[in-house]
Amino acid sequence: MPISTRNWPGPWLAYLVMFIPVAALVWTGFNDELGPDPARALEHELGIWALRFLILALLITPVRRLTGLNLLRYRRAIGLTAFWYALLHLLAWLVLDRQLDAGAILSDIWKRPYITIGMIAFALLIPLAATSNRYSIRRLGGAIWARVHKLAYAATALAAVHFVMVVKSWPPEPLIYAGIVVVLLGYRAVMAFHHSRASSRDVRTRAT
Amino acid sequence: MSIRLPKVPASEITPRDLYLNRRQIIGGMVAGAATLSGIGGAAAAQLATQKSPFSTSEPMSKKKDVTGYNNFYEFGTDKSDPAANAGSLTTQPWTVKVDGLVDRPGSYQLEDFIKPFALEERIYRMRCVEGWSMVIPWNGFQLSEVLKQAQPQSGAKFVAFETLVRPEEMPGQKGFLQALDWPYREGLRLDEAMHPLTILAVGIYGETLPNQNGAPLRLVVPWKYGFKGIKSIVRISLVDKQPATSWQMQNAGEYGFYSNVNPAVDHPRWSQATERRIGEGGVFAKRRDTLPFNGYGEQVAGLYSGMDLKANF
Repeated sequence: MPISTRNWPGPWLAYLVMFIPVAALVWTGFNDELGPDPARALEHELGIWALRFLILALLITPVRRLTGLNLLRYRRAIGLTAFWYALLHLLAWLVLDRQLDAGAILSDIWKRPYITIGMIAFALLIPLAATSNRYSIRRLGGAIWARVHKLAYAATALAAVHFVMVVKSWPPEPLIYAGIVVVLLGYRAVMAFHHSRASSRDVRTRAT
Repeated sequence: MSIRLPKVPASEITPRDLYLNRRQIIGGMVAGAATLSGIGGAAAAQLATQKSPFSTSEPMSKKKDVTGYNNFYEFGTDKSDPAANAGSLTTQPWTVKVDGLVDRPGSYQLEDFIKPFALEERIYRMRCVEGWSMVIPWNGFQLSEVLKQAQPQSGAKFVAFETLVRPEEMPGQKGFLQALDWPYREGLRLDEAMHPLTILAVGIYGETLPNQNGAPLRLVVPWKYGFKGIKSIVRISLVDKQPATSWQMQNAGEYGFYSNVNPAVDHPRWSQATERRIGEGGVFAKRRDTLPFNGYGEQVAGLYSGMDLKANF
């Protein structure tokens, strides 16, 4: 049963809501309340928020299929917000953590798998962010655009792996995020499998 | 000078104005109890200590940071977890066992265990394997004194340490996902253990250890990464073979037995060349260069002469 969201506020509300975490971080930062290692806390929080928004964007489709609640009109806002948080996370790493030491940055990207993976995840988000507008959909055509935006799956998976790899031992938080991503991507794999079986059955039925 | 045990009001040790000031800061809760309880008690008690030439003159980290930013996985994996969860740990009574290859093994009540030793203040740098550091004023005594009393036998080559296992008071030791295999285990080569820089601490900032810092008794080895400083010790064993240690058991490729601070040997996943000194300059704090042996090379490098420190990380 579809649930109408026609009278819900527009995406501007989503942008506003999603601005709150970064505003809160800046506020706590200014008040020197980010804890004993503020640079690390800021970097960490921005990264986790990027992952949360990536996951949120991946939730739109299953939520619509399973509950009928259609939040598609907010997805672009969510995806773009994820990109901006990822960019801030990257900037925090470059400026606060590595302190713009080009040698250290390049050797980290090259030598440290979790940073390599994080950088790839961010690189994948760039074309997504750049084409998150009506003009790009029109220019690319819906089918190609949709295929390009499947990169979001890879980016989210890599972001979750990046989080698991950065910690010592197996604390619960990154594993919980990784579990959620596995479920969401697994859901799509199952749907795609059913879909392809159904359509090949169609072809066969028609051929006979 | 030997450690002053309970029954002595803190006001006799500390100048009165300081004492009152501290009371205001800590609040009535601690101040009331501090005069009664001693080491092993839940509330902080004053310790009388002597200064040491081994102390650094670098500015000390804020007590708030030292007691609020901890890795003590028995109480959770977040660095604020120990301060939040360790209050429930019962540290009195506390028994420490000294066993293995010694002529005088024993099982001691904590008060008896520390009574023979004079407490010193040792202000040491502490470098965490995660890339941050602090400067902490420990109160304790040299591990060598304990070992001398226990009289190691000729076959003793290593010292193995164990932390308490008490899941009902240590939330990190129960549940589905546990970070490490308990008990937490650490070890030193006998010569490392006998080195004058190696201490057992019972306090910080002149007061008994808060639970989150490893009350009531912990190891401090300032030239090694912080995780070697095993907390809430219940057992010290002299052994003939290199003992298994918790982080090495967890991931031998990333954490070695020695774990000497070494800017030239990276952790496989991150560089160890620099560190962030906690409390130094906020969000835009500049990183410092990490020093070999955490700056204690002059005293300890000789322990490792001829050893390949890349292979024996």
